[in-house]
Amino acid sequence: MTTEWPGASVAAGLAGTPDAAFDGWVARLSCPGAERDAAVTELHGLLLRTARFEIRRRREAFPHLVGADLDDLAWQSAADALMSILRRLGDFRGESRFTTWACKFAIVEAGTKVRRHAWQGREIPVTSSFWPVAADGAPSPHQQAEARELLSALQEEVERLTDRQRQVFVAITLNAVPIDVLAERLNTTRGALYKTLYDARRKLRAALAARGLGTDSERR
Amino acid sequence: MPDDSGRMIEELVGPTDPELSCDECFDVLDIYVELELASRAADAELPLMRAHLRGCSACRADYDSLRALLLADPGELA
Repeated sequence: MTTEWPGASVAAGLAGTPDAAFDGWVARLSCPGAERDAAVTELHGLLLRTARFEIRRRREAFPHLVGADLDDLAWQSAADALMSILRRLGDFRGESRFTTWACKFAIVEAGTKVRRHAWQGREIPVTSSFWPVAADGAPSPHQQAEARELLSALQEEVERLTDRQRQVFVAITLNAVPIDVLAERLNTTRGALYKTLYDARRKLRAALAARGLGTDSERR
Repeated sequence: MPDDSGRMIEELVGPTDPELSCDECFDVLDIYVELELASRAADAELPLMRAHLRGCSACRADYDSLRALLLADPGELA
């Protein structure tokens, strides 16, 4: 079996259909022996190329990172993705191509590793050091005033969040700290942090609504 | 509300629609992207996904990358 590039079948309109290679990949990776070793090697190659692709995309945001570090991150990402895939092989249901399913592991690993590497040694800002201002290019003075009022109310309501909610909200939404970087520093998971952020946002939206203020999406 | 400010506020307080969790998003990310690229009704089949991608920048980055990967020329995979 050769490692077909997943995009080829998407372009051919095969996406979303049961994966023709489903049985092949899972069977090869499941039974011990030389065939499995060959499949693991092949899969690792695909994951490494995917991790390098992802890191090339992300490095523009982190120009201070150097090539040797980045390729090391790609190898680590491919190895960790491979471990996860082999551990979760039973989760694959053939609802997408196996290679697409596998590549998402490498993308998430590589993206997370680049962001954590880029933030290594940097302090996480958890205070409200920055608040956006309403765009001056608003269509009318009335709309500018409305946006300023909403932001001002939001700023007050953020202070009423729990300490944990405020810390997470401020770091992620105001100071643009990547959620996986914050999760590592707070010794928790990205999913758990997003739940905290979700709860904080829901509380803020409710508080704004109680003041008669709402976001555009609530009005639609 | 000016459009820019409206977008800025939504980025702060998140989408109002129900949404998936990050783990659920990861579980279906490959299916969602393939459905989209095959011009099938991804949002109808996985209706809570889009709201999560609007609210979670990390999952949105993963989505963008998987989509870009599937659309990439094989030569970009050196």
